[in-house]
Amino acid sequence: MKLLKALRLPARDMTDRAGLPKAAVIAIKVVGLLALLVIGVVFPPLISPDTTTTGVAVYALMFAAWATAWNIFSGYTGYIALGHAAFFGTGAYALGILCERWHIGPQLIGTGGGDVSILFLTIPVDYTPFLLVPLAGLIAGLVAVPVGWIALHTRRHTFIVITIAIFFIFQLLAENNVGNLTNGTKGLEFPYPSWVYPFYNFPFYYAMLVILVLALAVSWWVRHSKYGLGLLAIRDDEDRALGLGVRTGPYKLIAYVISAIFAGMLGGVWGYSLGSVFPQSAFDPLNDISLALMAFMGGLGTLSGPIIGALIIEWARLQFNSLSFIENSTSPGGYYLIIYGALFLVVILLLPEGIVPTLRKWWMGLLASREEQGMPADSLELSKQTAPVAVEQAESGEGVNR
Amino acid sequence: MSMLEVQNASKAFGGIQALDACSITVEQGKITGLIGPNGSGKTTLFNVITGYERLDSGSVSFQGKLITNLTPDRVFRLGIGRTFQLTRIFPRLTVLENMHVAAQRRNAGGVLGRWSSSHEQRRALELLDFVGITRLKDMPAGNLSYGQKKLLEFAFILIAEPQVILLDEPAGGVNPVMIQHLAERIRALNQRGVTFLVVEHNMEFVMGLCDTVMVLHRGTKIAEGTPGEVRNNPAVLEAYLGA
Repeated sequence: MKLLKALRLPARDMTDRAGLPKAAVIAIKVVGLLALLVIGVVFPPLISPDTTTTGVAVYALMFAAWATAWNIFSGYTGYIALGHAAFFGTGAYALGILCERWHIGPQLIGTGGGDVSILFLTIPVDYTPFLLVPLAGLIAGLVAVPVGWIALHTRRHTFIVITIAIFFIFQLLAENNVGNLTNGTKGLEFPYPSWVYPFYNFPFYYAMLVILVLALAVSWWVRHSKYGLGLLAIRDDEDRALGLGVRTGPYKLIAYVISAIFAGMLGGVWGYSLGSVFPQSAFDPLNDISLALMAFMGGLGTLSGPIIGALIIEWARLQFNSLSFIENSTSPGGYYLIIYGALFLVVILLLPEGIVPTLRKWWMGLLASREEQGMPADSLELSKQTAPVAVEQAESGEGVNR
Repeated sequence: MSMLEVQNASKAFGGIQALDACSITVEQGKITGLIGPNGSGKTTLFNVITGYERLDSGSVSFQGKLITNLTPDRVFRLGIGRTFQLTRIFPRLTVLENMHVAAQRRNAGGVLGRWSSSHEQRRALELLDFVGITRLKDMPAGNLSYGQKKLLEFAFILIAEPQVILLDEPAGGVNPVMIQHLAERIRALNQRGVTFLVVEHNMEFVMGLCDTVMVLHRGTKIAEGTPGEVRNNPAVLEAYLGA
């Protein structure tokens, strides 16, 4: 029987539950991802180059990347961080301040820099601020180290409240022009590129896309690594994980800093795309709520969930943004906030696990019902005492319990 | 040679003295039983050894090295594994993923690698086979029955190859066939040199399994000896029957 098992186990591992060979499943996934990437790349110039659409697309990608990065910490560890906009704002201000101090990028007043040459590449001046984006991310990550170290001494609700409090401290620091860095409520000017619409949105679109792909790659890697397994163990039972040799403190802090780095990079790109940032917009608490909503809606702790959530929510925001409480107003109305609240309720009540896990469950249920018969694996005795036939039956039926 | 030594350990929670100058010695390669009435300090003793509670006074040493008040992750990495009275597994991870949590490594390369292609994968499957739950490997651990969870918790501490394993009521609430199965696994591991300290209320299980039995009462050790000696010790009878 041992021999039988040894022969059968690997054979079973070659196929997934739908009976497809594993290699085929991987091939389908890779082709699907590449197709999505191609659509993402050709979207602005070929599919829909008009300014409104690409403008929305920039935001959709930004939130998709941000929610993915947020999920690396909050989704995997179960610690809901509601102060992530602090790192987004830090990244935005960092990029703006560095451009100004180091004379990088085009500038209206003429204090800007010129083209930058790196090895054989010459970067046109309009693109040079993008070179500082990784640095903006690193600065946000550095800031996240002490912040996370303090906040992560608490758990659950206390942690959420602490992150919100820290967020408001950052907003206040920016408003009060502490250290003469932020220019206070007057806002900070960014270099202004010479691009004209509809092309204007394209570089920002691609910058966001690159960060999204990066965030997704990191998220995928974390999900499959031992490190990520440690994070998921922390989510399920932190003290138990600690007692199994998982160094929970550094594990959590590293995930927190990784997600902050992405938030900072996104903030930098966002700031450059707007031309100027203000404390209220760079440190916007609504963004925190949006992130949580997106990740919860798509599926906390899943790879694709936050992206799906971000695309749905951004699309919904576009639909309701034009509605306003004030007649003939061109400024965004408050209606989408009401929609946010309603959506949050719907998600918590009807889809507590989020879209992706729910769909996955349906799919598994469908497969299990097609596989029919077989007894539930729970009723089994120990394999040593069970006849091989019974084991076989149970193995074919184990999908029932999923 | 003593594997694990607790000396004059004291721990109070508010006005309750959970451990009162308690000293025990666990010999290498033995299965030592730890019994006592409810509230006698057995679980607290486990908690102070494994770093979940800090000692008020006293010391804990492992293989002659002081490990008093080290954090739980360090205690575990030194080679002391434990199970909990109320089984603690990771309910949303699959059974196989549960197995790999305890196989975290110190070097970055090990931590950054994929758990499913690590060299522990084979060992994880072997251990699941050892406790007899291999066929449940892809199931979320939260779906397992109570007894299966106990077996999983037992299996996942084994992946780190601890030298001492502390079991907190391994037989509590488990059906007799499973208890028998578990006792066999413990003996098999013991023969390979693993030392055990077992807290258990099931006397048949303790007496049948252990080389030495220690009795705790009101936070201190009142008796020690072979199962037969302890069974007939008047102080033990008094503690249990409250005469």
